[in-house]
Amino acid sequence: MTAYQPDALIAADIDAYLATHAAKSMLRLITCGSVDDGKSTLIGRLLYDSKTIFEDQLSQLEADSRRVGTQGQNIDFALLVDGLAAEREQGITIDVAYRFFATEKRKFIVADTPGHEQYTRNMVTGASTADLAVILIDARKGVLTQTRRHSYLAHLVGIKEIVLAVNKMDLVGHDQSVFDAIVADYAAFARGIGIERFTAIPLSGLTGANVTTASPDMPWYDGPALLPHLETVAIDGDRAVAASFRMPVQWVNRPDLDFRGFAGLIASGRVSVGDRVRIAPSGKTTSIARIVTYDGDRQDAIAGEAVTLVLAEEVDCSRGDVIAAAENPPEIADQFVAKIVWMADTPLVPGRSYSLKLGTQLVGATVQPPRHVVDVNSQEERPADTLALNDIGLAEVYADRPIVFEPYAKGSALGGFILIDRATNATVAAGMIDHALRRAQNVHWQSAVVTREAHARQKGQAPKVLWFTGLSGSGKSTIANMVEQKLHAMGRHSFLLDGDNIRHGLNRDLDFSEAGRVENIRRVGEVAKLMADAGLIVLTAFISPFRAERDMVRALLPEGEFVEIFIDTPLAVAEDRDVKGLYAKARAGEIAEFTGISSPYEAPERPEIRIDTTKETAEQAASRIVEHVLGIWSYDL
Amino acid sequence: MTGLTHLQRLEAESIHILREVVAETERPVMLYSVGKDSAVMLHLAKKAFFPARPPFPLLHVDTTWKFQAMYELRDRAAEAAGMELIVHRNPEAEALGINPFDHGSRHTDMWKTEGLKQALTAGGYDAAFGGARRDEEKSRAKERVFSFRSAAHGWDPKAQRPELWNLYNSRIHKGESIRVFPISNWTELDIWQYILQEGIEIVPLYFAAPRPTVERDGMLLMVDDDRFRLQPGEVPVDRSIRFRTLGCYPLTGAVESEAATLSEVIQEMLLTTTSERQGRAIDHDQAASMEKKKREGYF
Repeated sequence: MTAYQPDALIAADIDAYLATHAAKSMLRLITCGSVDDGKSTLIGRLLYDSKTIFEDQLSQLEADSRRVGTQGQNIDFALLVDGLAAEREQGITIDVAYRFFATEKRKFIVADTPGHEQYTRNMVTGASTADLAVILIDARKGVLTQTRRHSYLAHLVGIKEIVLAVNKMDLVGHDQSVFDAIVADYAAFARGIGIERFTAIPLSGLTGANVTTASPDMPWYDGPALLPHLETVAIDGDRAVAASFRMPVQWVNRPDLDFRGFAGLIASGRVSVGDRVRIAPSGKTTSIARIVTYDGDRQDAIAGEAVTLVLAEEVDCSRGDVIAAAENPPEIADQFVAKIVWMADTPLVPGRSYSLKLGTQLVGATVQPPRHVVDVNSQEERPADTLALNDIGLAEVYADRPIVFEPYAKGSALGGFILIDRATNATVAAGMIDHALRRAQNVHWQSAVVTREAHARQKGQAPKVLWFTGLSGSGKSTIANMVEQKLHAMGRHSFLLDGDNIRHGLNRDLDFSEAGRVENIRRVGEVAKLMADAGLIVLTAFISPFRAERDMVRALLPEGEFVEIFIDTPLAVAEDRDVKGLYAKARAGEIAEFTGISSPYEAPERPEIRIDTTKETAEQAASRIVEHVLGIWSYDL
Repeated sequence: MTGLTHLQRLEAESIHILREVVAETERPVMLYSVGKDSAVMLHLAKKAFFPARPPFPLLHVDTTWKFQAMYELRDRAAEAAGMELIVHRNPEAEALGINPFDHGSRHTDMWKTEGLKQALTAGGYDAAFGGARRDEEKSRAKERVFSFRSAAHGWDPKAQRPELWNLYNSRIHKGESIRVFPISNWTELDIWQYILQEGIEIVPLYFAAPRPTVERDGMLLMVDDDRFRLQPGEVPVDRSIRFRTLGCYPLTGAVESEAATLSEVIQEMLLTTTSERQGRAIDHDQAASMEKKKREGYF
């Protein structure tokens, strides 16, 4: 194996060489297959043939191959693409690695992902930025389960260009009939899942046949070799330019009072000075006054460029808004159906509020129980209650406010989203919007004539939701009842929602599973919000063990109206009191998922009020809460 | 063909990342090492926020042992960009007189690794831009654009977040921070082509000139000031040299070269057969060395 050998033009005329290379385009691709398919060998071959491996890297590789390689005395290309020490020890690639090489025509970024079954997440991640997918097949084995899995995922993520690389042709005697049979087999499968076209190439990563140049070993094949195909295939960017103009606003550029520009990456279409544009979701229209860049003002700009737009009129526009072609703006909805790929070890909790990021919009959103999940191997749909790591499902998503979007089929920039766990901040899922739910588009908010302010004014008080949270037996109900008595005596209009009572009526259909608890709190939150809208001071006494749900209720209410009161009683103390005898039952295993025993309690991080019941009596605590609450609204009275 | 060139696509991607961080984090900072990658990153920041100035300071974690020419360009570049320049030197390393001649790897640990942690903690920065590229080293090929650090600045390769499309999740808990690498997808050649195309000023040490040198342990070292300790028998000799990477001058190997212009440097780079980092003494350990350093908090 020899290393990097430079292009003759470099020595002869460097300026001419650089001029050629300045005008290159860029293709991002993903390679799918396992080490057994010869994937690493093929990538190594591409790097090597495009002169990207330097001498010191090659000698390092040779040394590593002898030390930890799996190819005997031969070079183990897997070592070239495997990076992290822990992975090397396990002998598997467990992540996405990015590799770079360039030819005279193009620069290539290769996302290399493993073929291992449990890593759907990594392949979807790698594929999300790819223009093209290379699906590797071992010619001796034909179309396997993993081939179907990789193809399904590539298609799911919307990759239009698929190359079926039938590798190890040298091991089947370069036999055309083997190749033809594999292609026919694959074509039948591909049609079935909606893949419109693919390019099949017979090759050998080991010998280099049909990798960079047509191989004399396979005269029967008259298509392009792999590299020439990669160099000439049309890039998706052109399709994006042909679509309608959209630019999600990333940042408002306001260096002084004279300049106000909207910075963003153009997601699709083109824009010219003078074009009419509409700001979504507000619907305001104006026109483009300037297209500003560091290199001077431009007359127009296209998809993929990062620019700063100045609008002709002073209209409201900020991060999260989308500047779009006036005559053809994107859709707006708060409920839609999406394909969701779950990427976290902790499964989806239907009904829980996650953060959803789409373009530059960040909103709260809940996911309903999936309509079905797809078996990634057989592509069969089966029912499921939730989504676990590497599951792909179709589910309804409800955002807490309308968002600007487009179906994923029209493009990823306004159709792809991520879900973020509010407690851990982890990215837990990737989603692709199918379509908006019609009911969301047609149900409009009824704006009441008697406003919530009018309700509150009539009662002479500022509405509040006093949210008591703590372990079972911590004293929530006791203290909340005392607080309400005091408020009532002082002429305040209040209402107490108690956990046990609500469970007997409104929420009697819910169980105590995590999903049931989430829905329990969601409903209570919505009821509390309606009562606060009516001007009441609402007191709620629920264990409400999960931070995410408490935060969800907080987000439902205007700033300052949600008062989180943490009744902080140590588990041992609560268990010792055991007023209802529940702890004894839970310890005896008679109650499943009991908070503090077999189900977690996530204590508030920054409650407005914290009551330590080992230091204060219930009476003292109630007085302090009333004082705190009245102190806040005394100036309102 | 109407599409964008590879440099246009890379530039737009980097600008997008810079803006996302500024929009979503509270106190970003840009680590500025004065090398060519830093120069490109600073240039991209100017473009991303034009006509405003980049809305964050530059942070140089100094070791007091950088080349004189680096200090000169550092101050000038920060002033030209209209940005605040924060220079941090680990006071403990300063007090102990830690230097590359006596202290070996402790020099890097204390000045750079510890110094960086101190500076980030002191500034309360929740995001720090760094100029690392995925093509530099094997373990970096898998590094995300957004890399999350614990409050103690530790890096856990298993706890990194998947990055889909161009959606970055920048949410962190109090005390945690993010290292952001806007030029992750650039290669060394891309960097050089972009410097050429944009006319970006870089430290003159990248270009060949006669400079006083000694040869030691197979490396050509430049005698940049009178703190350089000559060993018995060593006499500085003027050689036409240039540097492929820049760091602390007693630790950075030069190459003999006549390439005095940008295109000649690129030509020489393309004609040589060793990869870029070979000149840095720090990387000559085992292959997993960079990953180990990263876990400990080295950038």
